[in-house]
Amino acid sequence: MSTVTQPPDSDAGFRSMRQARGRWHILGRAGLYVLATLLALWVLFPIYLITITAFSPRDVVREYPKRVIPDEFSIESMDFFVNSTGVLPSLWNSVLVALITLVLSTVIGAPAGYALARFVFRGRDPYRLIILSTRAFPIVILSIPLAVTFLSWGIYDSIWAVALMHTALAMPFTVLITSSIFVSVPHDLEEAALTLGCTPLQAFLRVVMPLALPGLAAASIFTFVLSWNEVFAAVILTLQERTLPAQVLATLTSSPPHFRFAAAWFMLAPSLIFIFLIRRYLLGLWGRVSR
Amino acid sequence: MAQRVKWTPYLLLLPSALYLAVFFAVPMVQAFGLAFQDADNNWSLDSWRAMFSDASFNEALLTTLLLIVVIIPVQFVMAMGMALVINAKLKFSGLWLYIYAIPLGISELAAGIIWYAIFTQQGWLNSFLQDFGLIDRPFIFLSYENQGWLILAIVMAEAWRATSIIMVILVAGLQGIPRDYLEAADVFGASFWQKVTRVILPMLRPSLQVALILRTILAFQAFAVVIALTGQAVTVLSAEAYRWYQDYRDPHVAAAYAAFILVLSITSTILFLWLLPTREEQMG
Repeated sequence: MSTVTQPPDSDAGFRSMRQARGRWHILGRAGLYVLATLLALWVLFPIYLITITAFSPRDVVREYPKRVIPDEFSIESMDFFVNSTGVLPSLWNSVLVALITLVLSTVIGAPAGYALARFVFRGRDPYRLIILSTRAFPIVILSIPLAVTFLSWGIYDSIWAVALMHTALAMPFTVLITSSIFVSVPHDLEEAALTLGCTPLQAFLRVVMPLALPGLAAASIFTFVLSWNEVFAAVILTLQERTLPAQVLATLTSSPPHFRFAAAWFMLAPSLIFIFLIRRYLLGLWGRVSR
Repeated sequence: MAQRVKWTPYLLLLPSALYLAVFFAVPMVQAFGLAFQDADNNWSLDSWRAMFSDASFNEALLTTLLLIVVIIPVQFVMAMGMALVINAKLKFSGLWLYIYAIPLGISELAAGIIWYAIFTQQGWLNSFLQDFGLIDRPFIFLSYENQGWLILAIVMAEAWRATSIIMVILVAGLQGIPRDYLEAADVFGASFWQKVTRVILPMLRPSLQVALILRTILAFQAFAVVIALTGQAVTVLSAEAYRWYQDYRDPHVAAAYAAFILVLSITSTILFLWLLPTREEQMG
């Protein structure tokens, strides 16, 4: 009615099209929230189930049918798991192996990452390509030949055997991730420090390191989780000096259900915290590396 | 000074290059060396013969391949869903990302046990089915006779555990797509589905390729999920390598399995690079 300048029916058509668009948009938005929630439930529900199972008394664990809302909280299963033979020493081994892996892979891998990020030199791209292509190999499988080597070196069945293997596993990631972290630290700042009289080492320690530190910390946490979770190499390379996953796997068939469920929760819990700590870095770390 | 700069990068690379040579390149050659030797270190094909004629070999190979063929499409669809949710910038986008990324930190073994708790005879799945009156006594999903259910349980556990890594790669890829492209599609009236198939998927090709390669390599090493869920009822290649090493004390046949898995992994990588060339490769 108010539209005099335009043919009325085309305007109405346009408006209804726009309205339809808007309706679709709102519907699409709502659909996305439904999808988001369903996918979140898919991830979280099994974690909820193992948590209530792990913290139920032993006779409730055996109960059938099970109740989704638990009415009794108990650390009986957890207590039984932690005090089972071999669990505490293997837990200690796991922490040690993960720490050694973290230190070794950072000390050896980060300089390479820095070199790839900061220098232009002959062989840079081929080296980057070699590091990238190691990911096309199932590195864990190499623990079988390594077991033979470690036997002859006399370090088979020790935390060092597992840590050396885990370092090999983590190394390509460490190099690529640290390289992408150092790339994100502005080169200008480093050059300014050099101009103002810093030695290259000073410039690195005083300017680059503080800026790179949060990213490096996130990368270290990721390496820790990688080692904490790894089981194939750990179970191949040890007999007595088990890590926690190796211990659980080796005794799995002979252990009662409440032991298994407590073990699963115990292995999972630190990861929930670690992933939470590094959540902001996940996309930066993995995303840039995989492009 | 100039001299030092020239050598600095090589000095920085050296430790990592040496480490990878000793703990990656040498063992890789050794895997083949061991596999082509007998117990007295003479060259022979005995280990390969033992592997190929082993009763479990065919089953392990077929199961490994079957798992890859079933799991990967499922995971890509789910990861794509997760990535689109994250990229749509809903409220609490940080929370969604965290939740979807949680399985990234969960071990194969823990995931296997979690899904064992669901599928076991007195487990959660049977409890739910009984609550809804669909069964009146627990069904035994995880028994040797029910290979289909065993495989399905492994697929569920793997899809649950290892979708996150694909999701993260895809989200990073999606964020690399310039907003102009999607806005241009909007201006020309493209539907959501058209945007996905005409703009997003082609632009995501490099990310998809990386995710596909990484995921396939990981699937060839699937191990603890299978053991935790099925015990010995289902076997895969890496479980056979473990069994030959640990139970039969034969590192040569175990190495033959390792070498075999290596060859399969490299073949599949080359296959994916060849089947899914990214734009630069097509032009180059």
